[in-house]
Amino acid sequence: MPAWLMQPRTGGLLLLAAIMVLVYLAAPNNFYLDVAIQIGLNAIVVVGLNLLIGYAGQISLGHAGFFGLGAYASAVLPAHFGVPPLAAPVVGMLSVGLLAFLVARPILRLKGHYLAMATLGLGILVFMLLTNESQLTGGPDGMAVERLRIFGERISGKDWWYLITAAMLLLSVWLTLNLIDSPTGRALRALHDSQIAAQVAGVDVARFKVIAFVYSAMLASLAGSMSALYSGFVTPDKAGFIHSIELVIMVVLGGMGSTFGGILGAAVLTSLPQFLTVFAEYEHMILGAILMAVMIFLRRGILPSTLDLLARRRTG
Amino acid sequence: METFLQFLFGGLTVGAVYAMVALGFTIIYNASDVINFAQGEFVMLGGMCTVFFSLWGLPLPLAAVAAVIAASLVGVALNKLAIEPARGANVVTLIIITIGASIFLRGLAQVVFDKQFHRLPSFSGDQPIDVLGATLTPQSLWVMGGAAVIVVVLWYFFTRTTFGKSILATSHNRLAARLVGINVEVVLLASFALSAAIGALAGILVTPITLTSFDAGTMLALKGFAAAILGGMGNPLGAVVGGLLVGIAEAMGAGYLSSEYKDAVAFLIILCVLFVMPSGLFGRRGTERV
Repeated sequence: MPAWLMQPRTGGLLLLAAIMVLVYLAAPNNFYLDVAIQIGLNAIVVVGLNLLIGYAGQISLGHAGFFGLGAYASAVLPAHFGVPPLAAPVVGMLSVGLLAFLVARPILRLKGHYLAMATLGLGILVFMLLTNESQLTGGPDGMAVERLRIFGERISGKDWWYLITAAMLLLSVWLTLNLIDSPTGRALRALHDSQIAAQVAGVDVARFKVIAFVYSAMLASLAGSMSALYSGFVTPDKAGFIHSIELVIMVVLGGMGSTFGGILGAAVLTSLPQFLTVFAEYEHMILGAILMAVMIFLRRGILPSTLDLLARRRTG
Repeated sequence: METFLQFLFGGLTVGAVYAMVALGFTIIYNASDVINFAQGEFVMLGGMCTVFFSLWGLPLPLAAVAAVIAASLVGVALNKLAIEPARGANVVTLIIITIGASIFLRGLAQVVFDKQFHRLPSFSGDQPIDVLGATLTPQSLWVMGGAAVIVVVLWYFFTRTTFGKSILATSHNRLAARLVGINVEVVLLASFALSAAIGALAGILVTPITLTSFDAGTMLALKGFAAAILGGMGNPLGAVVGGLLVGIAEAMGAGYLSSEYKDAVAFLIILCVLFVMPSGLFGRRGTERV
């Protein structure tokens, strides 16, 4: 096989695109397509979050807050401020990026569990704003979202959104892989291994942490906007801390520091509850047991640990 | 003044529960470096087991004791079956395992018990007590008193008994503790059992006030974690002070600002404290060995 095909940037992207086409062709009905779109939307957030957690080594338990802000930007801006639905996600992304930039420095000074707490608190504050400012947001019941129109054509329906989500996911993976392979990416990895060593080697630690934080927040906002436009409705739970924790679980389950692993994690954790519903009241027990078992036996995440096992088998 | 006192009593009662949950976090964190997000599930198990044991015919005090024992066994099982096999894994991975455990325990409670809200009768009646114009229910006194007793017993245990000291030694340096002959495995088991027992006690004491259900643990774990972080992770005094502060902040926020934003007040305070004191109120100043 030619070497360039084995590179994550070319081979990995091609594989991902091929899987996307296969899933579309093989999906027996709209329910599967809907699950696939949900996976794609979560995967966009996870790709950014994995850069922050897996590469920069900074945990965030508040990214659902950014997702929620993006979602409500798509809902509130057209409804109350006359912004066209196509521009709203962009305005949302820029505002979330600005917000993330403003809070990044004080928050990223914190380490480990304290950082987890601060990001958790930030996410919860966003959630409370969205829940309680009901004149703007419709409160806990949520609000309807104006449909997207491109050249007068109303963009709704699963086929359209599968295409858009797939394209955006490929784009964000491509951007992220490029970022990882740039001097920024190397600085982030140095930071992950040892902040002090990176600092001694001349890496502007604070600056690179901020870059990863803002980048991941903007991707979360984009995915949030897309999810609002796709479903035509937003509720505050999407910004809730349960969703934040789910996003982190996707990163860790799939593999911290592995972009494609994170996507796999998003696929597993998004689809698992859908298919576990056949077990009715045993659903949560089984989900919890699977989560524990995977993390105990594939502790580096599904993709990296499996690749390790395969490599070990090949070399004997 | 009366209203302030009223809010203060409310805050101290909730705060005492948060303090107990935060103490549970602290004990397990010190012994094993694990942040156990299933801590709230111990509180839920304490309340739910007591409710169902007494429905199945046990008198209330016996049901409570049985519930504490049941929760401790679950704590021990959590350590044996989920934490120990993953020893050496990344801290975040261990946290995800405890989240998995908490989803599992919630699901288990849903199957073994049910999805309804349940209450316990107040331990010594519902006749409110008048204190300087504000009222205090006897059950609030039970909660605050229970938390106080737990704090005193823990203090005695950790500073005056050999076994307690061996837990402290393990938390400072596991290898050194092993070298002086401390059985680290037993210490870990004891920490999980103790932490679960404290959580279960909190659940039993508070159920007459707040009711309980299979999913009651999630919010409590969140608040207890917040309290432990506010106080400084790993410091028992910090856990208690953090718990009371979070409880009081919530009660004052709900009373003077708006009940919708009561949680926001607590989290805003925590964020502000962390910006000024990055290791919480009583946390060890972080020095990193390179």
